[in-house]
Amino acid sequence: MRAPLSWIREFTPVEASTDELVSALNQVGLEVEGVDEPGRDVRGVIAARVVDVVRHPKADKLTLVDIDFGSDSTRVVCGAENVAAGDVVPYAPAGAHLPEPFGVLERRTIRGVTSDGMLLAPDELGLGDDHEGIVHLDGSAKPGTDVRELLGLDDVIFDLSITPNRPDAMCIVGVAREVAAHFRLPLQVPEAHAPTDPTVGSDITVRVDAPDRCPRYLGRVAQVTMGPSPTWMAQRLVKSGMRPISNVVDVTNYVLLERNQPLHAFDLGRLAGRGILVRLAERGEHIATLDGVDRALTEEDLLICDAAGAPQAIAGVMGGGTSEVSDDTSEILLESAYFERMGIARTSKRLKLRSESSARFERGIDPNGVAEHAERAMELFAEVADAKVAGEAFDVYPQPVERARIHVRTSKVNGVLGTDLSDTEILDALRPLGIEVDGGGDDITVVAPTFRPDLEREIDIVEEVARRVGFESIGRTVARPREQVGVLTPRQRERRVVAGALVGAGLSEAVTIPLVAPADLERAGAPLDRLVEAANPLRAEESVLRTRILPGLLRAVAHNHAHGLADVGLFEVGRVFLAPRGEGALLPEEPTHLAVALAGTVARRPVEDDRPVDPFDALDVLHEVFDALEIAAGGTEAAGRPGFDPTRTAAVLVDGQEIGVVGELDPRLLVALELTPPVVGFELDLDRLLDGRRRDRTFRPPSPYPPSTIDLAFVVDEEVAAGDVAETLRRAAGDVLEEVRLFDVFRSDALGAGRKSLAFALRFRAPDRTLTDDEVGEIRRRCVEAAAREHHGELRG
Amino acid sequence: MNLAEAQQLLERAESEAAMAAEAVAELEELAELERRYVGRRSPAAQVTEAIKSLAPEDRRPAGQAVSDYKAAIAEVIERRRAAIVASGAAGGPGGERLDLTSGGHGRVRGHLHLVTQIQRELEDIFAGLGYRVAEGPEVEDDWHNFEALNIPPAHPARSMQDTLYVRLGRDEQVMLRTHTSPVQIRTMEANEPPIYVVAPGRTYRNETPGPRNSPVFHQMECLAVDRGITLADLFGTIEVFVKRLFDDETVRTRFRSDYFPYTEPSAELAVSCIFCHGEGCRVCSHTGWIELGGCGMVDPNVFEAVGYDPEEWQGFAFGFGLERIAMIRYGIDEIRTFFDGDIRFLAQY
Repeated sequence: MRAPLSWIREFTPVEASTDELVSALNQVGLEVEGVDEPGRDVRGVIAARVVDVVRHPKADKLTLVDIDFGSDSTRVVCGAENVAAGDVVPYAPAGAHLPEPFGVLERRTIRGVTSDGMLLAPDELGLGDDHEGIVHLDGSAKPGTDVRELLGLDDVIFDLSITPNRPDAMCIVGVAREVAAHFRLPLQVPEAHAPTDPTVGSDITVRVDAPDRCPRYLGRVAQVTMGPSPTWMAQRLVKSGMRPISNVVDVTNYVLLERNQPLHAFDLGRLAGRGILVRLAERGEHIATLDGVDRALTEEDLLICDAAGAPQAIAGVMGGGTSEVSDDTSEILLESAYFERMGIARTSKRLKLRSESSARFERGIDPNGVAEHAERAMELFAEVADAKVAGEAFDVYPQPVERARIHVRTSKVNGVLGTDLSDTEILDALRPLGIEVDGGGDDITVVAPTFRPDLEREIDIVEEVARRVGFESIGRTVARPREQVGVLTPRQRERRVVAGALVGAGLSEAVTIPLVAPADLERAGAPLDRLVEAANPLRAEESVLRTRILPGLLRAVAHNHAHGLADVGLFEVGRVFLAPRGEGALLPEEPTHLAVALAGTVARRPVEDDRPVDPFDALDVLHEVFDALEIAAGGTEAAGRPGFDPTRTAAVLVDGQEIGVVGELDPRLLVALELTPPVVGFELDLDRLLDGRRRDRTFRPPSPYPPSTIDLAFVVDEEVAAGDVAETLRRAAGDVLEEVRLFDVFRSDALGAGRKSLAFALRFRAPDRTLTDDEVGEIRRRCVEAAAREHHGELRG
Repeated sequence: MNLAEAQQLLERAESEAAMAAEAVAELEELAELERRYVGRRSPAAQVTEAIKSLAPEDRRPAGQAVSDYKAAIAEVIERRRAAIVASGAAGGPGGERLDLTSGGHGRVRGHLHLVTQIQRELEDIFAGLGYRVAEGPEVEDDWHNFEALNIPPAHPARSMQDTLYVRLGRDEQVMLRTHTSPVQIRTMEANEPPIYVVAPGRTYRNETPGPRNSPVFHQMECLAVDRGITLADLFGTIEVFVKRLFDDETVRTRFRSDYFPYTEPSAELAVSCIFCHGEGCRVCSHTGWIELGGCGMVDPNVFEAVGYDPEEWQGFAFGFGLERIAMIRYGIDEIRTFFDGDIRFLAQY
């Protein structure tokens, strides 16, 4: 909300500087988002009395205005028609400064007549965007007076962000109360008093059919003379961000801003049955609100109707009936009511319709201020709309809201704040906020005003005390656990180990958005059967949660590719989301996955030749991860998987269980992402990897004896997996095998179509002796036999 | 063999070895020569074998002769090895000239994402204060994300955050968590106090991506629940943490009254600008202060929601955005940068 300092000063005599005020407001929790000084850019503009107005000799629409500005007189050219002799108007001589975009004024000649400066319309003074006519100043103003003074432009307006728990601070009096308390000044809110006229009829009716939703409804009647608001009122509304409309409507807005009481004025002459009925809407009922939108209502919405039941307003949100005030209104019924908060919030949210009124009702206004604030409006109607006010108020308030009585302990206040305040200090802190206090020690009774719906519990009072004594006066201590040791869990530590291994392998970590397009997942072969869909996505590109990381990571690769960075290695660790399975499960499963993507070339130049990435690069990375975690049994098994090139893919196994896939991405997928193949990588379930069995860490002394090495080459069918043969050799060789390594794969016409040769180097070593030639010969024989038996491998000569 | 024969054998072998060594030109040959004169079937081995059959009074001099012999051979071998190496016969400079200013093969190290780096840094600071790291699901139910945090349905605070709901459960029952605060609830539901945890993680808002907006970002939440925890503990802990975070003992903290449904009293947390030290600069919008997050004392309603007795236990909580810390520290002005995976950004940190 926008709070002009001049208005705040009406209620408390604060003299602090703008900076001091900003700091104070921020400290007490009324955050200052901006400070506006509207008159700052208006310099040198003064009041001038119009002496004579004559036609411009060469232009029908222009006039020449002779003015007296106190120290001298001159003539200006004017395009507005609302200027007559005797008017007092703002005059900007050449050299005066106006707000942007006008800037410094220069002398101009218009159609042959030199204009010595100009008379100003509201927009030229920064008062809104009205450019229709010249501003009229108070007729009694002395020519030559600075207009900033006359127009109230020498003001400071604080733009405040009010938190939802402080409805009381959404008005000038509320802000003034906080300012007064902070600077230890009195808060003076004069009691409103409107003189009543016994001749004005009070023959209206008010009926509330939904008292739960409308605990209080007060109607008052006044005969009014419609017209514009006086300048002072219009100025305050403009400064507070509202548009002046008519004196009657302006008064309702003025009281809303000043007192936090939303009001609504109905044209009583147009209210059928001269009365009000407050009821819930019926199913299928409609109302066209003031903003011109036809609103479909539900039985949850509260309506203000005329006595005949015709809807006139959505209660607390917006008007919309035939009884809105207009230029020919002569008698009004003023609504001052208290609506239940949640009901207003629900209606406002469902209709996506928020107004100054609904924002206040849903936060909670003062139910016990309803009558007093209506009186304030009546007082203003009398002042600005020549109103004759009916004495009687129709106040339907069957169950008055009691003030909250809260038991407060000095020990609790200090116990929460870490302070050593006396009960007297606590009581003194609370009183300026309109809080009644009684008692002392651990038996303080606090009575909270009903304009503070946020004060219900002891802790609420503790917070008020903290706000009042100031956070700066709270001590600084550090709490530490007495028994707990601050360490990561093994799993958290191991996730760091994995990331460290990947970084060491040359990959950089990307973080992509887990919200993706369904088509991205489908194209990449990610599972779609357990998709979690967003209910209210803003964009189709982010309408489902990922079931795999790779599709998003490939988008990151594509982003780099599009920027001429084709050679990238990226990884991402993050959650994937699978819709819940099983009875009663509400939330999705969220396994943590690890995905890796390598694209472009592996740089080796100038020493060797560059080469494109290949799936073995991905395998190396995978094995680095296995190794970093000391996974005991991690490997791959030939398999095709969606999204990957079926000829270059393997399933990733840990302890014999499939936990992911590694290989080269399907070129068709890459083309769709405008990526150039090859891109290789893997994706695996990191949680399951971390569940994997680890290598035995029992100490085995390195053998001091020399090794024996042999090479074995087998001719096998193309389908035979080298990894399987290696595993066979490992089993056949037994404990003395130190290493088995595939060092050559060879195909030739001589071997025949569909055949290949796999050459392995095996190294043996015993822990306790040098192996004899006989022993090595025996192991070799076992290996050859096993390869023949299990893979039909023929030993090559 | 008697003592004299043994001594003679060794003397002869020693002079033979010296001569033979002169003829050796390669290190491999030299190793072979060494084996021949001190190895398993060498004169030294023969004499050692024979010692136990000598007269008792001859055994010591024989042993001495063997060790003198070995030392002499070792010296011969070492002298020759040095000569061979010096001659360059064992290989030395003279291969193809390599320009080592050209860089290596191009193998590089990767980089952790900046958010991960910040997260680890914070985790480590809090671990030093004795905190553990807690985690929770990114898709949450209404209870954990809102209701248990003292944000009942239709509470105005719900409209403070743009929530992205998912099609699970009842209408608006399941959502992508809008903050890391639900981890507080889960931690307290699963554990008895005292609790000292931080909860880093991904959070979501229903926002169209832009320079300032991201549907995804990261937060870290801190929760301490114990007997007698006070607002002063909250402020003091934050002060300690902020000084470590910016590695600057002069950083000041500022607390201003604020409102969060799950804490009371609540405060907004700002730190003195690390660039201008409070003088006012572009980074801090000339205010001298940078807003970092929110904090407060755990609201008794939250304790009741998780079954803690608010009379027995008190606690504080605070939270802040990880991207925000990185943006402040390194002057990053577009949050989008964190999520495109641009290798130039990733490799910069």
